[in-house]
Amino acid sequence: MARFDVRSLPAVWTRELIIFKRYWPGTTFTAVLEPLIFLFAIGLGVGAFIDEIAGVKYVVFVGTGAVATAVLFSSVFPGMYNTFIARVFQKVYDGILSTPTTTAELMVGEASWVAARTAVYGSVPMMATIPFGLTPRWGMLLVPFICFISALGLTFLGQYISGLVKVIDSFSYFQSALLTPLLFVSGTYFPIDGLPKWFGTISNVNPVYHCIELVRDACFGTLSPASLWHVLVLVVFAAITGTLSIRVMTKRLIT
Amino acid sequence: MPQSPALAVRNVTKRFGDFVAVNDLSLDVQPGTCLGLLGPNGAGKTTLMRMITGQTGLNGGSISVLDFDIATQSREARAVLGVCPQQDNMDDQQTARENLALWAALCRVPRAQRKSAIAKALATAQLTERAGERVTNLSGGMRRRLLLGRAFINSPKLVLLDEPTVGLDPQVRSDLWLIIDAMRRSGVTVVMSTHYIEEAERLADDIAIVNHGRVIARGTPHQLRERYVGVEAVEYFGPPEVLDEIASKAADAGLKSRRAGLSISVLGVENTSVELLNSWGRLSRRPTNLEDVFVLLTGESLDG
Repeated sequence: MARFDVRSLPAVWTRELIIFKRYWPGTTFTAVLEPLIFLFAIGLGVGAFIDEIAGVKYVVFVGTGAVATAVLFSSVFPGMYNTFIARVFQKVYDGILSTPTTTAELMVGEASWVAARTAVYGSVPMMATIPFGLTPRWGMLLVPFICFISALGLTFLGQYISGLVKVIDSFSYFQSALLTPLLFVSGTYFPIDGLPKWFGTISNVNPVYHCIELVRDACFGTLSPASLWHVLVLVVFAAITGTLSIRVMTKRLIT
Repeated sequence: MPQSPALAVRNVTKRFGDFVAVNDLSLDVQPGTCLGLLGPNGAGKTTLMRMITGQTGLNGGSISVLDFDIATQSREARAVLGVCPQQDNMDDQQTARENLALWAALCRVPRAQRKSAIAKALATAQLTERAGERVTNLSGGMRRRLLLGRAFINSPKLVLLDEPTVGLDPQVRSDLWLIIDAMRRSGVTVVMSTHYIEEAERLADDIAIVNHGRVIARGTPHQLRERYVGVEAVEYFGPPEVLDEIASKAADAGLKSRRAGLSISVLGVENTSVELLNSWGRLSRRPTNLEDVFVLLTGESLDG
């Protein structure tokens, strides 16, 4: 296997940039609108009955949680669908791998692009929460970085799933059995302390949970050395899913 | 002194489960020549092409591309290769220019040279006027021309063309031949797989007939004909019983023959008496061709 060469990444980004230039309104609309709907519907709707949760206004609690919703949706879905379409329907990856680019560089290039985009999309619900009572803080400048590292692992996860399935319809199993629980056992809409204890145990391996915890630490000024634990989990998660993605894609693409 | 070959394939084998796609295959391609890999569908041509780019692993043997060993230096090999795949793998929602720009980046054409490389590829593909058109709006022939132009964007030293004109109508095919011929004459080494006899005859300096994953004959079109089927053939038409009879008479006279539907061709008849041939039925004379060689050697017919 050829050594990883970062010079291949700009070429992979070139493809993403060409596609993004054409489709950015649609991509951005979906990525931004969905978390905002959650923010307003649940934050304000449920917030009418609940004043505070974990010491903050409910809408602020949900608003910061919606950052992770945006991160999850904007990363794992492109990882699954775009990768599957490019590989299976368009055969674009077959073409790319006949150039000096390798499978690892292709997957890392695409995931890093999606993660960078998600760093922006993920920050939108946070900004939108400011008028509802989220106090601006310098720590919030870390949120795009938190989104980036979380999205990197989740995009790799999406790529890995896309390499596991034979037909695109099979994605629905993963959406129901994996992604929905990831979203709800994470503390987006309610603190996981309220759930049975074993949920807490599960949430420790849920990257969305660690993303939310970090985002709230950054937004509420509660960053501490303990926050590094969440960073570590997210980095390890990305390393594992990245390895899995490259492995399954190599198996699919190099016959 | 002979130059080192542009492509050296040595005893290469590839198995997919129990199926042997490429079977102990060896071939050399000299720099600046065009090799035609002629074989029916499923002969192992595409597998061989993918092995050369490192996209299909080897179960045995070795391949070197301009002295880069595929096992250890496949990235270096791909940097000097141009590839026109059998299956169109362009992003069809992107324009012709965007597809070429992407390829220039992927093939690491230096930034300063990209613009001129793209313009040259568009000119090669005769698509300068339609550079801003999405690929999905281009005709089948235009897409193929674009794929060919794309394969040359990094000024490769060796180009792999996998069935470059498959499925296109004759007019479009001859347009593409002009492009391939111009490239060939510019000195680049070409390896082209095809199952079109005429394509191989017109473009290839040298032909390797491939069947069941092996090279079963190798030479110039002229050499292959001379070696296996002689210069001239006669063709007879008729019902199967009559053709059977002619086949056995030909065999008695020491001549090779091959059946194709409602006709039989008796091969290498240039030294056979006209009276004898006429006595078997009404005939038409024609020069032998590569198809005769192919069918005789493999017992399989070439479609298309």
